[in-house]
Amino acid sequence: MNWLSDFGSFVAGRWEQLLFDSYLHVSAVVQCVVIATVVGMLIGVAVYRSPFGSAVATAVTSAILTIPSFALFGLLIPVLGLGVPPTVTVLVLYALLPIVRNTIVGLASVDSSITDAARGIGMSRFDVLTRVELRLAWPAVLTGIRVSTQMLMGILAIAAYAKGPGLGNQIITGLSRVGSANATNAAVAGTVAIVILALVLDAVYVLIGRLTTSRGIRV
Amino acid sequence: MSETNTAPKLGGESDRATSGVEIRLENVTKQYGGQRQPAVDSVTMTIPAGETVVFVGPSGCGKTTTMKMINRLIEPTSGRITVGGQDVLRLNPDELRRGIGYAIQQVGLLPHLTVGQNVGLVPGLIGWDRKRIADRTEEMLDLVGLDPTEYRDRFPKQLSGGQQQRVGVARALAADPPVLLMDEPFGAVDPITRGNLQDELLRLQEEMGKTIVFVTHDFDEAVKLGDRIAVLGSQSRILQYDTPEAILANPADETVAGFVGAGAALKQLTLRRVRDIELEQLPTATVGEEPAAFATRIGGRKGAVGLVLDDRGRPLRWVTRRDLDRGGGSLATAGRPVEDSVDRASTLQDALEALLTADAGYAVVTRSRGQYAGVVGLDSLMGTIRALREQYEDEDGAPDGRQGDGPSGSQGGGTGAAHG
Repeated sequence: MNWLSDFGSFVAGRWEQLLFDSYLHVSAVVQCVVIATVVGMLIGVAVYRSPFGSAVATAVTSAILTIPSFALFGLLIPVLGLGVPPTVTVLVLYALLPIVRNTIVGLASVDSSITDAARGIGMSRFDVLTRVELRLAWPAVLTGIRVSTQMLMGILAIAAYAKGPGLGNQIITGLSRVGSANATNAAVAGTVAIVILALVLDAVYVLIGRLTTSRGIRV
Repeated sequence: MSETNTAPKLGGESDRATSGVEIRLENVTKQYGGQRQPAVDSVTMTIPAGETVVFVGPSGCGKTTTMKMINRLIEPTSGRITVGGQDVLRLNPDELRRGIGYAIQQVGLLPHLTVGQNVGLVPGLIGWDRKRIADRTEEMLDLVGLDPTEYRDRFPKQLSGGQQQRVGVARALAADPPVLLMDEPFGAVDPITRGNLQDELLRLQEEMGKTIVFVTHDFDEAVKLGDRIAVLGSQSRILQYDTPEAILANPADETVAGFVGAGAALKQLTLRRVRDIELEQLPTATVGEEPAAFATRIGGRKGAVGLVLDDRGRPLRWVTRRDLDRGGGSLATAGRPVEDSVDRASTLQDALEALLTADAGYAVVTRSRGQYAGVVGLDSLMGTIRALREQYEDEDGAPDGRQGDGPSGSQGGGTGAAHG
């Protein structure tokens, strides 16, 4: 009880800072996810017709994901410096795998009779891709985006080591001063805030999914 | 072969409107890389404007490939294809396809669009305005028997297989293309629905007169729908290209005969309508008449029957002389009731069915309001089949002529001896 009221007063005292870090955190994640979505879908569209291309794209993005994020930041700091550039780079790279893979799977699983019919009635290749295939693959792509977002919420916390923005700063400040006053409070506040924001974002995705998926293909 | 054959279908629906155009294939070949034999080997045929031509053959024979080369979903390796005189290889493939209706077995409706949006796709692609598309969508759904107010805003998954296929046909026809390509469109629905869809296609085609290329492996379907059937062998080789009557009466070779299968004579009966043959007349009497007078008219010949009609001339009962001799008073109760009748649009197969179930040995033919028109007997049916057989046997290989005035050949093989 004592700790809880202590934590409560910590949060109350740093309310504005926490709110600002939360805003930066969500903002950074969302922007990186948008970039990763564009890049990932382009990669997916480019390779989905070729089994070889699909395998390579999936393997490369998987390989990226296996690099520990802490190490990747460390490797990129000498090249890109501190702050936003390495943060964005790392987040986008990590976000690629779920989006690329789900785009490929989603596009490849569109029933060939549907595309055959679409071609047969005179839709151009581009029409078929944009008006048929991507529409049908969209729920799968959106799932990929959702997974990426959740992942980035956690990974962005590490970015504080590279002077990146967001709630990671609370956590790292806390962890680097273990034992001193408010150290635990800061780390816990940052972590809890990330979890809450992740859940809120997930709810937003459910809403986006409902709004952007045709009733005809909703399961 | 008989590619220039322009004889109208026997029993001629000559007043049919024609909005279709001719399709010509000249030495069309498709060779896939890495295969020694071409998938389609030098096919040459002419599909006359406004006719339904059915490609029939075993699976893998290249019939679908041949069809898909017409709208360039598959590009021919060599040869020339013209649709309405235009060389398809010189056209933009997307624009070409917008001018050719396309319906396939899996239907391929876009699942994320409503029924209405699916039907309106091609008009949308060719730039019709919204109002015109909406009107046309409504018209097309009506045409294929789906109530627009009920079905327009549904999604494909909310429809049964047969309904989806109707939407598929509506979509294929929406922009009023002169040519329709159909790849086993009714292959995936249950037999009853398939029969209904076939009947509707026949009805639509009667009104529209499109040029239809229809692919199937079901010979009965080919007989039912085709003005002409192209029986294809491997590599899409044309084994026989002729009217269903001619193929049934005289298959070109063993393979075709095997494909025609058993019961060719019965299938021939499905091709002829009662109105195509001369009806026989039996003695008739109205219910009120004297039984004794009627008995005299029926006569004493063995097996002779008469028909009792009601006040409005509708067939009521079969009576034989013996029924009348037995007495018992009125014509209203003599003999046996007429249970089944056919009308003039029925097929001869229907007539045979009615004939076999009526123990009088005749099928009653009625006019539109059910009045007696005549009867069909076994002899007329056998005579019809014999005539068909002789007609096509005489021509052998040059099925060019129209049906003659009567059977001229004398070598009426097979079921030759008619009278029994």
